Amino acid sequence: MVNLSINGMLVKVPEGTTILDAAKKMNFRIPTLCHHDDLCVAGNCRVCVVEQLGAKSLVAACASPVSEGMQILTNSLKVRSARKHIIELLLSEHNADCTKCYKNGMCELQNLSNEFAVGDHIFIDLNTIKDYTIDRFSPSIQKDDSKCIRCQRCVRTCEQLQGVNALTVAFKGDHQRITTFEDLSMAEVICTNCGQCINRCPTGALVERTYLDEVWDVILDPTKHVVVQTAPAVRVGLGEELGLEAGSRVTGQMVSALKRLGFDSVLDTDFTADLTIMEEGTELLTRLKKALVDKDPEVALPMTTSCSPGWVKFIEHTFPEYLPNVSTCKSPQQMFGALAKTYYAQVRKLDPKDVVSVSIMPCTAKKYEADRPEMRSSGFKDVDYVLTTRELARMIKQAGVDFNKLKEDKYDSIMGVSSGAAVIFGATGGVMEAALRTAYEIVTGREVPFEGLNITPVRGMEGVRQASVMIEDCKEEWSFLNGVELKCAVAHGLVNARKLMNGVKSGDIEAHFIEVMACPDGCLGGGGQPIPTNEEIRRKRTEAIYAEDMSMEIRKSHENPEIIGIYREFLGEPLGHKSHELLHTHYTKRVRY
Amino acid sequence: MSSQHVKRVDLIFEKIECRDVLKKIVDMEPDAICQELLESDLKGRGGAGFPTGLKWCFTASEKDPVKYIVCNADEGEPGTFKDREILDLVPGKVFCGMAIAGKAIGAKMGYVYLRGEYKFLIPKLNEELKKFHQTMDEFNQNFRIQIRLGSGAYICGEESALFESIEGKRGEPRNKPPYPTKSGLFGKPTVINNVETLVHSVMIMKYGASHFKELGTKDSRGSKVFSISGDTPKAGIYELELGMTVDEFVNDFGDGDTKAVQVGGASGFCVPRKKFEETIIGFEGVPTGGSMKLFNSTRSMYNVLHNYLDFFTEESCGQCTPCRVGCQQLLKGVEAVKRGEKNSKYLDELVKLAKTMKRASKCGLGQSVGNAFGSIVENFKEEIIY
Repeated sequence: MVNLSINGMLVKVPEGTTILDAAKKMNFRIPTLCHHDDLCVAGNCRVCVVEQLGAKSLVAACASPVSEGMQILTNSLKVRSARKHIIELLLSEHNADCTKCYKNGMCELQNLSNEFAVGDHIFIDLNTIKDYTIDRFSPSIQKDDSKCIRCQRCVRTCEQLQGVNALTVAFKGDHQRITTFEDLSMAEVICTNCGQCINRCPTGALVERTYLDEVWDVILDPTKHVVVQTAPAVRVGLGEELGLEAGSRVTGQMVSALKRLGFDSVLDTDFTADLTIMEEGTELLTRLKKALVDKDPEVALPMTTSCSPGWVKFIEHTFPEYLPNVSTCKSPQQMFGALAKTYYAQVRKLDPKDVVSVSIMPCTAKKYEADRPEMRSSGFKDVDYVLTTRELARMIKQAGVDFNKLKEDKYDSIMGVSSGAAVIFGATGGVMEAALRTAYEIVTGREVPFEGLNITPVRGMEGVRQASVMIEDCKEEWSFLNGVELKCAVAHGLVNARKLMNGVKSGDIEAHFIEVMACPDGCLGGGGQPIPTNEEIRRKRTEAIYAEDMSMEIRKSHENPEIIGIYREFLGEPLGHKSHELLHTHYTKRVRY
Repeated sequence: MSSQHVKRVDLIFEKIECRDVLKKIVDMEPDAICQELLESDLKGRGGAGFPTGLKWCFTASEKDPVKYIVCNADEGEPGTFKDREILDLVPGKVFCGMAIAGKAIGAKMGYVYLRGEYKFLIPKLNEELKKFHQTMDEFNQNFRIQIRLGSGAYICGEESALFESIEGKRGEPRNKPPYPTKSGLFGKPTVINNVETLVHSVMIMKYGASHFKELGTKDSRGSKVFSISGDTPKAGIYELELGMTVDEFVNDFGDGDTKAVQVGGASGFCVPRKKFEETIIGFEGVPTGGSMKLFNSTRSMYNVLHNYLDFFTEESCGQCTPCRVGCQQLLKGVEAVKRGEKNSKYLDELVKLAKTMKRASKCGLGQSVGNAFGSIVENFKEEIIY
């Protein structure tokens, strides 16, 4: 333990604690900008400088460990003057056109300026001198250098959490910028569109491409029938953006709000999550049969999930040799879109060209996914517009809907009924768990041997997790699986996905089935979810997801009556001709920069 | 003008047989080497002036089995060119100094981080290195040196940015602590010394600490190599005894019309004529890495300052706010004052900003921009404004 004093008050903290954390313990908040709980220490912005008595210069509280007898002042004259200077300097380099900024009111730099009553405009506006263009080429991410304060949080996110390194620092001095390989647009580089950089950018330099106005246009167009689908993780994230505690479950209010916004039908991505389980589960069992019974050397195992478009793009760039291993299933979002323009239109007697499909996603990569040229199997664009959780919150605010006073409502039918298995798609390990609940039962006729269907070994926050289920006493048609130990692996965050795939490559990790979610802690930590994010917030969202699962009447995908219905009336059988045409896709090898 | 010359010394460039020194070192206890250095009071010749013996002792006491010696040959300070001469004329002494430091701390590997612009020296250095490695083999010493070339960033002379550069990363300074003695190159305990410092360690091991201490003052022991440039008839490289005043220096090297001397390059201090007599060149006065620039009355100190600020604005790594944006503001600020767009009081704001930069910047670069700025603005205010 180390003894020190902060603003004259004595405190004892463990060795290795930073001054920032020691001060927090004493309820002294030191402002920060480049610091983020999820990332390594940078000490770049210098907003957190404090005075250490006896030291020549001020020290960065975020980057300095405590030492015995240290005397720290967090609000001395020297500190105040330096801090004010630093904030003024950042503002002088920043395009402070705040009223027109997407992040207006949610910007960390703006908050700091408020706190320090910066209004003197001491320094010369450097922003007007430099020639900036906004990168709007990516369908998911918009990058505006004029708002960048070079804290490098995005760079550290892309490197440490995702191992993608699409963003990096280039040039020095006044030319220093955050950019990409050869200054290409975000659309042309290895960027997976995961949006984790957006979640950690303190200003409006990195934001999602918004399609709010386009969606309003179609909603308000009487000739259009607009269906909206909402992803599992949105229901445990949306509340935060509307002033509720992290982890608030707002499914009913969200449905109610969407109806008030004027969507013609409010449906659930969870329905196609259940459908994904049927298709993907059957695909896995088919691959296992080919491998174990037919001894087909061509069959690609382990099979990996394909729900996360960030992961799909990552594997296309980074491990293209494993593309045959990726499940051919479209993601639930895309399956939904394809069915909206076929099955749904048919049942509702609508002309598919008048059906507009909108999805609300916790994800920015979904915007990219919807734009992929493969995703038009119905003859129309499967999904027309993708909005993030944040954008939906904004629509609700714009429409003047008092969210917190809304009564709960239920999803419409058809394609609105879902199971608990589908809800947990929102958490890391969820797809795996949902698939096991169904696959095990198909094969053995019994429920998975875990208490309350909760397959806890695949849950948790560990970056890479492995689990296995022993398959015994199979039904006759699956007898080839008797005695097979079904091995699963789960990874979340692309840096872990890389570890997992390298493990598969080297043979260190043996698996039949792999689930990967591009974002830390899965979709509930997605790039389109409310900001800020940190481990504690994501843990609360996780708890909410599993609570939602437990509250559902149906907990297994194959027991969803609408799923049973769609196979009976429309699709035929999993992996059948129609499924193949509408619900499955293929992948493309991409460059590595 | 006085005819008294500043005392010339010839230790650094003295041709000696490095073999003999190495032979002597081989049988010495590491601790004895560190003690000899401590005893000599040698301070680092890069400009910061940290006691070399102390640095070696700290690193020697680290338990890690892997340690490194790094020779900082990234001579980037404007007006400094003496390390180039040392590397050109006595490269063997530089390697010898690294071997001594290696022995002292228990390192088996050394790196020379050579300024990109000094690439032309590489064939010569490699030839010398071959001989050096042969000698090491002969003495059964397992110590090897590699040369790494910089790419022309001033910041890579900063020790931790230099490590990042050798490690193949972008040259940006690290947070301190930890200091290099604990966690330096590749995260291992590292001694990083400037070229001249290492050569001094050779001479100390050859002649003894007491001999070294005969020169200089209590705070600034020994001699120092200076790169002298600007308005002087004697531009060039000179090894001089430390402890002289600027006045004495100008008497010897000035052109009779010297109005200011920039001691220590762009990151050093500008000494105006009225302070020549009271200012000692050394750690008790104005410390320097060796750059001495003389300005006579034909020079505009506004241009001098503008030039420095332009340099720093470009050479800041850009990582930390006070340095990246501060440099730009100082530059744009003096331009605005000069053009009359800001009134002269704005200079006071800029002086305050320079103080913040000194206090709040992450590394020595940002911390030292205020030196030149403060000393030029304070002493030549009229030239900056009008």
